[in-house]
Amino acid sequence: MRGERKLFGALNFTLPGGELLRIGGANGSGKTSLLRIACGLLEPTRGEVRWGGEDIRRLQEEFRRQLVYIGHADAIKEDLTSAENLQIACTLAGVRTRPAQIGEALRRLGLAGCEHLLARVLSRGQRRRVALARLALSEQVPLWVLDEPFTALDAAAMDCVRGMIAEQVARGASVIYTTHHGTEIAAGTAQRIELGSGPSA
Amino acid sequence: MTAALRCVIVRDLLLAARRSSDVLTVLLFFVIVVSLFPLGVGPEPALLRTIAPGVIWVAALLASMLALQRMFASDHADGTLEQMLLGATPLGITVAAKVFAHWVTSGLPLVLISPVLALQFDFPQELLGVLALSLALGTPVLSLIGAIGAALTLGLRGGGALLSLLVLPLYVPVLIIGAGASEAAASGLGGHAQLLLLGALLVFAWAFAPWATAVALRISVE
Amino acid sequence: MNWFKYSSPQTFFSLAGKLAAWFGVLAAIACGLGLYLGFFVAPTDAQQGEAYRIIFIHVPAAWMSMFLYLVMAFWAGLGLAFNTRLSGMMASAIAPTGALFTFLALWTGSLWGKPTWGTWWVWDARLTSELILLFLYFGFMALQAAIDDPRRADKAGAVLALVGVVNIPIIYFSVKWWNTLHQGASVSLTKAPTMAATMLTGMAVMACGFWFYSIAAALMRARCIMLERERASEWVVEYARGSA
Repeated sequence: MRGERKLFGALNFTLPGGELLRIGGANGSGKTSLLRIACGLLEPTRGEVRWGGEDIRRLQEEFRRQLVYIGHADAIKEDLTSAENLQIACTLAGVRTRPAQIGEALRRLGLAGCEHLLARVLSRGQRRRVALARLALSEQVPLWVLDEPFTALDAAAMDCVRGMIAEQVARGASVIYTTHHGTEIAAGTAQRIELGSGPSA
Repeated sequence: MTAALRCVIVRDLLLAARRSSDVLTVLLFFVIVVSLFPLGVGPEPALLRTIAPGVIWVAALLASMLALQRMFASDHADGTLEQMLLGATPLGITVAAKVFAHWVTSGLPLVLISPVLALQFDFPQELLGVLALSLALGTPVLSLIGAIGAALTLGLRGGGALLSLLVLPLYVPVLIIGAGASEAAASGLGGHAQLLLLGALLVFAWAFAPWATAVALRISVE
Repeated sequence: MNWFKYSSPQTFFSLAGKLAAWFGVLAAIACGLGLYLGFFVAPTDAQQGEAYRIIFIHVPAAWMSMFLYLVMAFWAGLGLAFNTRLSGMMASAIAPTGALFTFLALWTGSLWGKPTWGTWWVWDARLTSELILLFLYFGFMALQAAIDDPRRADKAGAVLALVGVVNIPIIYFSVKWWNTLHQGASVSLTKAPTMAATMLTGMAVMACGFWFYSIAAALMRARCIMLERERASEWVVEYARGSA
C-alpha cells in the first residue's frame, strides 16, 4: 500500500543465484517500491522477504553486507569529489578498497579525469556514472538491486553497465533491475515481472 | 566497524568544512541572541550577572535547534542517508558518529565562545569554567536528543517549527540542570552536583538516543 | 473468548460503539456523584475556605493527564512492536483527551492560584511539569498531523511517545528540584488541605468519572479514525450505506 493506494498484491517470486530479474511496468506501478521492499527499506503491508531462507528483518546487517542498492537518487554528495564519494560509499558498505581500485573503477565508467573534481561540477550523466562505479567494486556482492540504472547514461556508458551486469550474473550473483529502456541484457536465465498486469515469467 | 565510524565522522567534518557558512551562521545566531537580552532587560550589571547563565543556556538551546535541521536533511535529499541505512555497520553506531560530528561543528563552537559572551554580562571570571563545562556536557545531550526529533521530522512540511515543538520539552531538564550549575556555583554552593547530573544525562542519552534515532530514521525513510 | 478477533478494526468497530455508550453513561453518573460530593458534602477547609473545592476537578484531571499519557505510550509502543493497526489508532484517539485533561488541570490550577496566592500563574513544580506535559501532547498531535501516510504517522508518533515517557520522570524531578531551589516564601501547592475522608472519596469518584469519560471519548474517536483510514474497504462502504 502506498498512502491509500494498493500498489500490488499476491506477488511471489524466487530469484536464485546467477539469474537476472527485470521488473517492468508503467510509471507509478510500484517498481521502486518493490525494489525497496526487496532491500528492506520499505516494510511490505503483508508478506515477507527472505534471503537464504531467513527473513531479512532478522538478518539485518548480514543481509545488507550482501547487497548493493543503487536507487533513483545518486547518493552523491555535491561537496565531495568523485573519488571521495566512491571511497565513502564503499567503506560504509564494508568493502575495503585501495585508492588504485577507486581510480580504476572510475576509469572503467569513463570518468578518467574526474577523480578529483567536486561532484557539483559534474553533469547529470557523470554523476550517475560515479554512482554506478560502485558496481565495479562490488564483484563479491551476491545481490545487486538497481533502480533505473540506465537513466541519463549515454550509449557507451549503457553498454558498460550492461556488460557489468552480465558479468555479475555469470559469476553466479543475482541482479534485480528496473528500466524503461527496451534493451535486454544477454545473461543466463532471465525472469520478468510486469507490475500492473500480474507476474509473467 | 571503526573504519566506517571514522569514515562517517571525517566525511561530515569535511562537508562542514567545505560549507563553513552553515556552521558560522549558527554561531553568529548564538552571539546575536545573547546580545539581544541586555537590550531587552536593561544594562544594569547586577541583573545581567544573575541572568547570564540562563540567557547563555537558552541561546545555546535555540542555536542547537537551528543546527539540527542540518543533521539529516541534506543526506536524505541526495540519497546518501538510504545508503547508510543499507550499510554494513549497525545504524545506531553510524548515527552516533553523525551526531558526534554534528556536535563538533555546532555545539563545540558554542562552548568555546561562551566564556567571552559571559564576560559581556560581567559574569565572575572564576565561574567561567563551570559555565563552559556545563555547556560542554550539555550541548552533546542536546544534539543527541535533537537527533531523534530531526529523524522523526525528516522531509515533513512545517520543518523547523515542528522540530522545535517536539524537541524543546525534552530539552527542559538539560536546561534546568545546566543553568543551575552556574547559578549554584555563583551562590557559593559549587556546581558539582549539577555537573555530575549532566554527566549522567550524557551517558544515558549516549546509550539510548542513537538507537531511538535509528528507529526513527527507518520509519522516516520508508 | 477469542480476544484476537477484536484486533481487526472491523470487529472492534461495533464493540467500541457499544462500550462507548455504556462508559458514557457511567461517566455521567460518576462525575455527577463526584461533583456533588465535592461541592456539597465535603466540609469547608479551615485555611482556604470554599476556593479549595476546585481541587476536586484539578487533582483528578492531573492524575488523568499523566495516566493517559502512559496509556497512550503503551498503545503506541504495542503498535510499533507488533505492527498492529488498531494499537496506533487507539494511541491517536487518546491523545486529544489527554491534552484536554492537561489543559483542564492547568486552568483549574490557575483558578486555584488566584484566590489562594493572588496570582494567575505560579511556577510551581507541578504546574510547570503539567505545562511541559501539555507541550508533549501537542508535539505528538502535531507530528501525526504533519505526516500524511498513516502508517508512518503511527510509528513516528510511537517513537515520540516512548521517548516522552522516558523523559517524563526526568522532567518532573528536574522541575521539582528547580522549584525547591528557587522557592521563596511561597506556599507549596503540594500542601493540599488535610484530607477528610469525604474529600478523598470525592476526588476518587471524580477520577473514576474522568476515567470512564476518557474511555468513552477515546473509543468514539477511535471509531472515527477507523472509518477514515479504512474508507476504501468493504465494511466501511457497507456501514456508510447502511446508515445513510
